[in-house]
Amino acid sequence: MTENGDTTPLVVLEGVNKHFGSLHVLRDIDLTISRGEVLVVIGPSGGGKSTLCRAINRLETVDGGTITFDGRPLPAEGKALARLRSEVGMVFQSFNLFAHKTILENVTLGPVKVRGVARAQAEQRGMELLERVGIGSQASKYPAQLSGGQQQRVAIARALAMDPKMILFDEPTSALDPEMVQEVLDVMVGLARDGMTMMVVTHEMGFARRAANRVVFMAEGQIVEENTPDAFFTAPRTDRAKDFLSKILTH
Amino acid sequence: MEALIEEFPVIRDAFWLTIRLTLASGLAALILGTLLAAMRVSPLPILRGIGTVYVNAIRNIPLTLVIVFCGLGLGVVLNVSFSDSLSTNSMWLSIIGLSAYTAAFVCESIRAGINTVPMGQAEAARAIGLTFAQNLRLIVLPQAFRAVIAPLGSILIALTKNTTIAAAIGVGEASLTMKTLFEAHGDAVVPIFFGFALGFLVLTLPIGLLFGWLAKRMAVAR
Repeated sequence: MTENGDTTPLVVLEGVNKHFGSLHVLRDIDLTISRGEVLVVIGPSGGGKSTLCRAINRLETVDGGTITFDGRPLPAEGKALARLRSEVGMVFQSFNLFAHKTILENVTLGPVKVRGVARAQAEQRGMELLERVGIGSQASKYPAQLSGGQQQRVAIARALAMDPKMILFDEPTSALDPEMVQEVLDVMVGLARDGMTMMVVTHEMGFARRAANRVVFMAEGQIVEENTPDAFFTAPRTDRAKDFLSKILTH
Repeated sequence: MEALIEEFPVIRDAFWLTIRLTLASGLAALILGTLLAAMRVSPLPILRGIGTVYVNAIRNIPLTLVIVFCGLGLGVVLNVSFSDSLSTNSMWLSIIGLSAYTAAFVCESIRAGINTVPMGQAEAARAIGLTFAQNLRLIVLPQAFRAVIAPLGSILIALTKNTTIAAAIGVGEASLTMKTLFEAHGDAVVPIFFGFALGFLVLTLPIGLLFGWLAKRMAVAR
């Protein structure tokens, strides 16, 4: 089922709804993510982008509709849910590296504790991944000793260490100083080129144009428009998207 | 002053018992308190309920009542026995009472520590597939403990002084021994009092310093 060349979709959302109290944050979301696809989700804040992203590994529960991952409905809780999460990488806006663990320990914890990989083997793989994201020389430091951009690259390595079937990026560059955004985007573009399935909530138009297969525009909890990056940014079809783009592209 | 010197072996033995009560109860309270804190943050309502009821009941009963219950209720009525020696049995019964009481405070301290750990830490742990128990054990509790080292030190100091309540069921720790010596040396009450007070300071002041130092050294940089 999961061999390369598998054409079944990796993630399927059907009629997904979610409320926060009286706020209807996800409205009848239908969305399919194919294997190897890089999907960018953009839209105004409060539009439900992050909630959508977090619903896919069930960090947020949904009130209605179904979400399937790799052909199976998301488990509700327990060991099955933990196993699903181990197959879906997640990169957060605020990095969330384990503050009391070294950089290398951050990357090896999942493989050792969740997958039962031998420590030596996990450390070797962890070092390879840290080299890949350009942090190899900082492996024995603690997260607070690294810059935001470095921490976010470690967070990507931590996700990769689990050999995930896909990685969710929840505004990965929004908390970074401007000069550090590019180093993180470069790593993400590299992942996209290597065929990783990615869902990326971001406002980085450059990344969307360089790496995305598809852009989904969300507002008020709905998917308002979806298209290829070029078509979306040059010729948005809906007024809502035109209005949004005019606000972020003018400067 | 001669009385203090003359009775030094008795005083030394009394403080040695105080130290043993403190260490045994402290260790047991740390383990029980951690379990209670885990229960109070668990996703299972029944465990949360048990933890809440325990803490609110035990924390609000005077320690003297808890100790007397352990001595009479457990020891005499329920016949809980650890040893044929009356004094050893009383010691263990008082350790049960001190541990049960102190655990409630340890639990609340650790729970406060858990609240200092940012939500994102637990979320990131869940996102790589750690179970609730692994998350607590590997990510949340280690950071929570480091945040509450200083308050745990205060609890240990309070426990050291609270061991004197074991006197209520005849455990011959420092305070009961002091009273006994008062009776034997009516002319040396003040020196004996200062001797025992100094003994407690020698125990408790280093605890405060040690835990303050540990708290700084072990702090998690964010």
